[in-house]
Amino acid sequence: MRIGAADRGPMTIGQKLWQVNWSLVLFLIILTGIGCAMLYSAGEGSWNPWAKRQIIRFGIGLFLMIMVAVTDIRSWMRHAYTLYFLVLGLLIAVEVMGVIGMGAQRWIDLGVIQLQPSEIMKITLVLALARFFHGASLEDIGRPTFLLIPLLLVAAPVILVLRQPDLGTAIMLTMTAGVIFFLAGVRAWKFGLVIGAILAAMPLAWTMLHGYQKKRILTFLNPESDPLGAGYHIMQSKIALGSGGLFGRGYLSGTQSHLNFLPEKQTDFIFTMLAEEFGMAGGLLLLGIYAIVLIYGFAIALRVHNQFGRLITLGITGTFFFYVFINIAMVMGLVPVVGVPLPLVSYGGTAMLSLMIGFGFILCAYVHRDIRVGRYGSGGED
Amino acid sequence: MILGGGQIALFSLLAGRMYQLQVLESSRYKMLADENRISMRLLPPPRGRILDRFGVPLATNKENYRVVLIAERTRDVKKTLDTLGRLISISDHEYRRVLREIKKRRDFVPVTVQENLNWEKVSRIEVNAPDLPGVVIDVGQSREYPLGSDSAHLLGYVASVSEKDKKRDRTRDPLLELPGFRIGKSGVEKEQDLRLRGKAGNSQLEVNALGRVIRELSRQEGQPGDDVMLTVDLGIQNLAIEKLRDKKSAAAVVMDVNTGGVIALASVPGYDPDAFNTGLTRKQWRDITRNPLAPLTNKAVSGLYAPGSTFKMIVAMAALEQGVIKPEQKVFCRGHVELGNARFHCWKKHGHGWLDLNGALQQSCDTYFYEISQRVGIDKIAEMGRRFGLGQVTGIDLPNERGGLVPTSAWKKKRLGVAWQKGETLVAGIGQGFVLTTPLQLAVMTSRIASGRVVEPHLIHGVVSGGVAKPMESPSFPALNIAPEVRQLVMDGMNSVSNSERGTAYRARIKAPGFELAGKTGTAQVKRISKHERDTRVLKNKERPWKDRDHALFVAFAPVEKPRYAIAVVVEHGGGGSAVAAPIARDIMHETLRRDPSGYRQREGVAGEKDKGRKA
Repeated sequence: MRIGAADRGPMTIGQKLWQVNWSLVLFLIILTGIGCAMLYSAGEGSWNPWAKRQIIRFGIGLFLMIMVAVTDIRSWMRHAYTLYFLVLGLLIAVEVMGVIGMGAQRWIDLGVIQLQPSEIMKITLVLALARFFHGASLEDIGRPTFLLIPLLLVAAPVILVLRQPDLGTAIMLTMTAGVIFFLAGVRAWKFGLVIGAILAAMPLAWTMLHGYQKKRILTFLNPESDPLGAGYHIMQSKIALGSGGLFGRGYLSGTQSHLNFLPEKQTDFIFTMLAEEFGMAGGLLLLGIYAIVLIYGFAIALRVHNQFGRLITLGITGTFFFYVFINIAMVMGLVPVVGVPLPLVSYGGTAMLSLMIGFGFILCAYVHRDIRVGRYGSGGED
Repeated sequence: MILGGGQIALFSLLAGRMYQLQVLESSRYKMLADENRISMRLLPPPRGRILDRFGVPLATNKENYRVVLIAERTRDVKKTLDTLGRLISISDHEYRRVLREIKKRRDFVPVTVQENLNWEKVSRIEVNAPDLPGVVIDVGQSREYPLGSDSAHLLGYVASVSEKDKKRDRTRDPLLELPGFRIGKSGVEKEQDLRLRGKAGNSQLEVNALGRVIRELSRQEGQPGDDVMLTVDLGIQNLAIEKLRDKKSAAAVVMDVNTGGVIALASVPGYDPDAFNTGLTRKQWRDITRNPLAPLTNKAVSGLYAPGSTFKMIVAMAALEQGVIKPEQKVFCRGHVELGNARFHCWKKHGHGWLDLNGALQQSCDTYFYEISQRVGIDKIAEMGRRFGLGQVTGIDLPNERGGLVPTSAWKKKRLGVAWQKGETLVAGIGQGFVLTTPLQLAVMTSRIASGRVVEPHLIHGVVSGGVAKPMESPSFPALNIAPEVRQLVMDGMNSVSNSERGTAYRARIKAPGFELAGKTGTAQVKRISKHERDTRVLKNKERPWKDRDHALFVAFAPVEKPRYAIAVVVEHGGGGSAVAAPIARDIMHETLRRDPSGYRQREGVAGEKDKGRKA
């Protein structure tokens, strides 16, 4: 595994491909495989309409991931801001001309595919922040004014996403940014300050929330109060989960999901369906695989010797973790329903692609782990 | 490392929650899951029919296509309704009602938009189904009354269950909760509702969250409502309605004098029972309730009328029983009597001269009855009236029956706080003043006179349950507490009313031998005749405004020799009893005797001896 380190010259594509952490890719394939099996079940035992398209998307995602992985990490660093502002521009475009879907403006129609810029923003924000903090000294970070720019970098997309309105993504973006700030060495008390400020702003935010969002938070607090109304999703999800028991009702025989009691079983609530059909055993197994992927992320971060790569790896691993945690906690009634997909398992094009690109960056950091990166991404070996 | 630790902690939290839901609380959620999956649906039973005594249907069921809207299946209720409105016209009234009901009910409950759709409308909706989310065509059964408004008072109508009905109902029948379910609201439909309603079946359905049925798991058929057979003979009922139809407001009751079975019970004007079934518009309702002819009231059981001279039998029997007069004792009528400084007039201005009981009944002399009522007193008259079924409800199987009034001195003291005046006894003696009766009570009174038994009226002839007809037991009534001679004297009087040349109803007699009737006319004054009028000229009925005209009454039984049927006819503001009510009663009675719905002639032909034996 030290081959890359020994070889100081620029790597060829072949060498880079050799360097790609294929065992991590294997686990990603396993996760997607589980997802497709569940989508097959959600389609009443059919590859249509979901499973087949998910496989195709994974194929595209896999290709993009490798492309990202073998591209020089320094050029990614150089173009980090460009990419960030490009996606920010897309977010604004959604605001202006986005199509209405599911009562919220999230998609932008590019003709061929419908793009969800907020999903891509999760990756580009990590890139931009990693670039910003790359090479920053601890004194820099200690200066409150120094943090103004990264805070703006976070605030701009968060506000745009909130306006869509997409509370789940806004929370994801904020938390991911928090992880990077933390890793960059921002003091804990400053987090306290920000959290305090957020708490203080809560009443104001409450008035800005959409009716359905308020309702979701309220029903999260007491789902049984209105089983036929807004608490329906959570209640049905818990029923499906609970009735699965230890070993589940068996593949393709989850009554709650197949009789459509379970809402959006192919996207946000796919974990419920899995836990209904395979029980707690199946749920824990999936959780275990996610844990392995996360461990890979940490392990890679430990071995990457440049700040940019490490921040990217941990930032994206963090995003991945939040996806998993929020989604599963949500379907089990631990947090409000905010609309976060289960990574690689839930049906959804943009989420799949942005995740694969995200892992592409992790692999990229791994492939280029021993390359020194200059202050502005320009430097090679100097 | 802090990050990693935090993530491990949070993953453990997830695992713990999984353990809680899937192991600790699993059984509870399994149960909930089954409930989710299985939905019980009530199967409304077909409502029993109402038949006449020979099995002719009076109320039946027909297929009814209706369009319902299920709010949870459409994103925009208003838009869907608008689209639907372009296919089948929906009135503003309906539109508002639907929106109101959708708001009131839960999202998954279908709300009826329109009923009784014809094929054209049904197919137009079906063709456009993709544009009409949440719109469903439903086949139900609705009530049909072949006779329409003619049978409305007798049969009543059915309509949706109101909150009030639910509260009043003690059966806690789940059917009442079923949207669109209808129960009897008046008439036989109301009185026999439980019999007609039947028992709900249920079907266990596997459904998905949208309420869509996946398959039926089990099915338990309900029990259809029983058919109810009425004692009514449709032929006679129709004739009665025909005879009354040209009268503004009138009622007639025909009864079997021995069994109390009601052969016909007619009241005009009627109303359209289907209008209630489909729902009235505000205007229709206003028109019906404000109509001075009260089309909603069944006048045969709820209309209260002064009995006029038809009350004289009661007065005569009271006087005879008390011995204040002998049948052959004569009273002189000079057209009026004086009491204190008041003058009470006989209908015949110049008087009848000397009359005995028979003559007084025959010519309906008021003076004679002023005299004997004064002798016997109001309380004895009232007691006799009650013995013959007046002043109390008869207990017939119809809702809203009224009891009328036979006044006593105690009643007046208690009710009005004033002592009884002697003059009031005189007025009561000719069936005026406080005395109030329903046409049904008059028919019951006549039946009791004719049979000498405590006859009580009933409407139910039998029940057909599961294809098996169960006739009701013929009730046997105890003998009336009255001396047979007294009763016979009154019957003889009624005979001469109809069958002697000077009788007030001689012109309305039945000439067919063996069919002769014995009756009594009544003309109940509605407006007091003023002194001025008496001095100049009493206006004839036709010269007075309708509301001021007298009520025309006639009661009779037939055949005279062996009474089988009794009849009472009241024509509101119809004029004189002999000219208006008697001919109607005669025609109906003649037809009744001819048809003989109770089958007396047939039975006597076969088992005449047995019949005789029972009477002895």
